[in-house]
Amino acid sequence: MDLTLLLIQLLNGVQYGLLLFLIASGLTIVFGIMGVINLAHGSFYMVGAYLAWSLTAWTGSIFWALLLGVPLAAMLGLLVERLFIVHLYNRDHLQQVLLTFGLILIFNEMQSIIWGDDPHSVPKPDFLQFSIPLTEVQSYPAYNLFLAAVCLVLAGVMYWVVQKTRLGMRIRAGSSNPEMIQALGINTKVLFATVFSIGTTMAALAGLLAAPERSVYPGIGEQVLIISFVVVVIGGIGSIKGAFVGAMMIGLMDSLGATILRAFDDVELMSGLSVDNLTSVTVYALMAAILLWRPAGLYGRAH
Amino acid sequence: MSESETVLSFDAVHTYYGQSHILRGVSFRLARGECVSLMGRNGMGKSTTLRTAMGLVPPVRGQVAHFGVGANGRPSYKSANAGIAFVPEGRGIFPNLTVRENLMVAARPGREGRTDWTLERVLALFPRLAERIDNWGNNLSGGEQQMLTIGRALMTNPSVLLLDEATEGLAPLIREEIWRVLGEIKATGIACLVVDKNVKRLVEICDRHLLLVKGELVFDGNGEDLMADQDFLHRHLGV
Ligand SMILES: Nc1ncnc2c1ncn2[C@@H]1O[C@H](COP(=O)(O)OP(=O)(O)OP(=O)(O)O)[C@@H](O)[C@H]1O
Ligand SMILES: [Mg+2]
Repeated sequence: MDLTLLLIQLLNGVQYGLLLFLIASGLTIVFGIMGVINLAHGSFYMVGAYLAWSLTAWTGSIFWALLLGVPLAAMLGLLVERLFIVHLYNRDHLQQVLLTFGLILIFNEMQSIIWGDDPHSVPKPDFLQFSIPLTEVQSYPAYNLFLAAVCLVLAGVMYWVVQKTRLGMRIRAGSSNPEMIQALGINTKVLFATVFSIGTTMAALAGLLAAPERSVYPGIGEQVLIISFVVVVIGGIGSIKGAFVGAMMIGLMDSLGATILRAFDDVELMSGLSVDNLTSVTVYALMAAILLWRPAGLYGRAH
Repeated sequence: MSESETVLSFDAVHTYYGQSHILRGVSFRLARGECVSLMGRNGMGKSTTLRTAMGLVPPVRGQVAHFGVGANGRPSYKSANAGIAFVPEGRGIFPNLTVRENLMVAARPGREGRTDWTLERVLALFPRLAERIDNWGNNLSGGEQQMLTIGRALMTNPSVLLLDEATEGLAPLIREEIWRVLGEIKATGIACLVVDKNVKRLVEICDRHLLLVKGELVFDGNGEDLMADQDFLHRHLGV
């Protein structure tokens, strides 16, 4: 195994982890503060990705797509919260799962009607079209570095908002005792709607940003949903820090795991098992191991 | 505004938890700057009265009013913004916020833009909190948590303070400190409705007393009248 390859996989892992963090942080806050399991969270990622495709086609640049797509996603998040999610506070998890699963079906049907079922690729901006050479044969695409940098900045902004601002204090207070924060004069309806909208906008933003690097196709929402739940469970429900650590673990596991497994590809695998199969299994094995060790996740509060 | 302005009133208020009828026609008034105690044995409805005043429990019949304005069905955040602060039984501090954050999370000017209570003033009232300003809420002792809850309520610059069992489960010295602080708060002109088990202290500090028995008020008067009938006290308070 050569070092450049390892470096590339490390970069891939970090970049994927940061992207996952963007998605999973919203999921974990909505779950932790509002007690709502939002299965439709991945659908916002999907919407973001499709917005990237059609807005880039329309405006000619992913940057315009980002500028227009983010407020659109925020409005969609607010609309979904007002129309559907608001009825789920204080309901049991089964009802939440049923309703938000219904939302997934609606989102997917809408996607099929509006955008069709063909996969699409989204062009990278011209000035990020190049790759950074690492050796004579290997290089790393500039857009991926850009993507990682943007995600890192967003993670920093999120940390700052949650830890240092009044809104962040209220979000954290609301996650530990919503009745008390309301009795102190904070309208939790507004707080919850804001949090939901921010969370889903982050997921959509992840979809927008990742679209030029991954392609856009039906079913991407569910893919990220499942892996985001793994991140939330590993990190501990409601913990932003946990979401960060969990996302980085999964990101690195996903890319490095594949590399390491390939290094053993002279070892006979059982018939029908590919390296990719094994990599995805390791992610769940990691989750199971962490849950055995810490049933509430790495930074979760045991109830 | 006149001195005798009513800041909180109950008129024949009935509340229920599901099928159980808790408050059965409670009526009383709290005047501006007045300190009133609410006594009663366990389970008589003291906490329910405070929660109803705050809007955390809806009155099914009767009328709750804040500053003369009907407040039935008003959500608790509006009660808080109208100038009513609540120090609940069991404290309800935010364990995942620091002491400073607990104090700042809801800090704001009160009615008519009053900003009597600042972080500095609250910390002067509770020097122990100043020492622990960057500690997490759940790293505090019970007494410190209680001080934090009171300080947090003061940071909203309230006109009315509802205190539920603020001295419960605390060491004697800490209790004394809480009583001292209550005296200081009262002196600043905040109206208080105080629930506690310590009748002696309540009689010392409060202007008027309410006694609840099974959701009905059986006494509303001054300390002398309350202490005059020892049989009555013994029957309803066990003292
Ligand atoms: N959430 C609830 N659901 C149903 N019944 C309740 C609930 N909370 C309190 N009760 C009942 O209502 C009655 C009044 O309760 P409340 O808490 O107001 O009493 P209290 O006077 O504050 O008592 P304590 O001195 O124990 O704090 C009690 O009989 C209690 O069991
Ligand atoms: Mg009580």
